[in-house]
Amino acid sequence: MSEQPLVSIRNVHKSFGSLEVLKGVSLDVKKGEVICIIGPSGSGKSTLIRCINALNTIDSGSIKVEGMEVHDPNLDKLELRKKVGMVFQQYNLFPHKTALENIMMAPLKVLKQPKDEVEERARQLIKRVNLEGKENGYPGELSGGQQQRVAIARSLAMNPDVMLFDEVTAALDPETVKEVLTTIKDLAEGGMTCILVTHEMGFAREIADHIYFTDRGVIVEHGPPSTFFSQAKDPRTREFLSQIL
Amino acid sequence: MNAFQQYFFDLAQEYPKWNFIFFYDPVQADRVLSGLWMTVKLSVVCVILSVLIGLIGAWLQGAKSQLLRSFVQGYIQFFRNTPPLIQLLFFYFALGQFTPTYSPDGWLEVPIISNVGWAIISLSFFAGAFNVEIFRAGIEAIPESTQEAAEALGMSRSQNFVYVVLPLAFRVSLPALNNNLVNLVKTTTQALAIAVPELLYQMVSIYNDYSTAQNACMVILFIVYILLVGVLVLAMNSWERATRIPGYGH
Ligand SMILES: Nc1ncnc2c1ncn2[C@@H]1O[C@H](COP(=O)(O)OP(=O)(O)OP(=O)(O)O)[C@@H](O)[C@H]1O
Ligand SMILES: [Mg+2]
Repeated sequence: MSEQPLVSIRNVHKSFGSLEVLKGVSLDVKKGEVICIIGPSGSGKSTLIRCINALNTIDSGSIKVEGMEVHDPNLDKLELRKKVGMVFQQYNLFPHKTALENIMMAPLKVLKQPKDEVEERARQLIKRVNLEGKENGYPGELSGGQQQRVAIARSLAMNPDVMLFDEVTAALDPETVKEVLTTIKDLAEGGMTCILVTHEMGFAREIADHIYFTDRGVIVEHGPPSTFFSQAKDPRTREFLSQIL
Repeated sequence: MNAFQQYFFDLAQEYPKWNFIFFYDPVQADRVLSGLWMTVKLSVVCVILSVLIGLIGAWLQGAKSQLLRSFVQGYIQFFRNTPPLIQLLFFYFALGQFTPTYSPDGWLEVPIISNVGWAIISLSFFAGAFNVEIFRAGIEAIPESTQEAAEALGMSRSQNFVYVVLPLAFRVSLPALNNNLVNLVKTTTQALAIAVPELLYQMVSIYNDYSTAQNACMVILFIVYILLVGVLVLAMNSWERATRIPGYGH
């Protein structure tokens, strides 16, 4: 009996004008699995994960999240977004809200949950991302790493089934990268299904169950980290890895 | 007559060009006060309505429907590119003819929209057109990525607008809004043209009745408007300070 994948991407094509960015991408993510997508700049990694929560549309193919067809025009986007959390490279916190308010916003306004319940959960999340004492800080008063951890907590507050991370450490100083990666690692070890776009190869090797290498809109090669890094077959993968490692 | 009244009464006797008649004649004093009250009401109501119009217009400018967007654009062009005095006259005399009337006593036919009503409508739409542009500029200053984050959290377009875009855009817009509202308060004097009994109207009536009061009326007009606009500016500035976000935008 094979387990139904949580996210299932089949032969997805996507163009921006005349530029074809995704040229038939397929991949599956099972519940609890952590996958990393790596590849050169412009290869379509961000576009691909943005398609998973319908921030981008697709031209053809299919993306299913828990059996829901993401690009069905009749899809209830709210249902999709309750299931899929997303963390961005630039944190994108709400600058006029404190850390705690950022985390509480969506559960209050979107899920319309009672305030004291939401606040209690938000405080636990603050603890979980190691930001105790920063509850009332505004994003402009927090470091990049702290902001990114608030952003992670903000996504978690919606209790998603899968989390998308798009190069979430790319804008951080080397010292703060670690604190964010630790947070993600805890999350992954706690059983959260994660799809990460990352340039942190060491991290990918450590936490990923499966690694996908994309180049110019196709998945060139994929495999578990044990074989992916040491036995890459495609010359494009080998060249990329040799530059990065 | 008390000492204050006596002083201005004597002043007018001695210097006939400086007849502050409303400081010793209770009838004239009532005219000034009722004019001032009308000006304040007109200003407050128009400020509130014009801000609402600005918000609604800015929201509609982001609508999917091209027709709606063009409609808002047409409205802005019309009200921004024509003089407010002509707008007032047009609303009152041209549109006023077509508004239904009612009869409170069975004899008189009264239009359901009075001249004060038309002044409020006309001035609010006039200032509202500028407010739409002001808010739109504020909205455009909010990064797409912040709105995307809200969208990814499941917020609808209207939730995004109300809880994220607007609070941020409003802060960006405050200085420009401040200027436009100052302009609006000053423009309420043009309601004189359709006989709205606001401050300028009353003052002009007084010095038409008592020509020696002309200088005094002018002085009071200047002082009152400096104070009115001053209060508005102070309120807006303290609002700006109160909504400043620590660590955001410098
Ligand atoms: N909204 C858009 N409109 C037009 N072109 C776009 C848009 N978004 C992305 N692109 C183009 O699509 C291609 C793939 O972009 P994408 O952001 O998916 O790459 P990426 O793999 O995430 O790169 P990076 O590692 O630099 O983040 C690029 O050439 C980019 O310029
Ligand atoms: Mg990218």
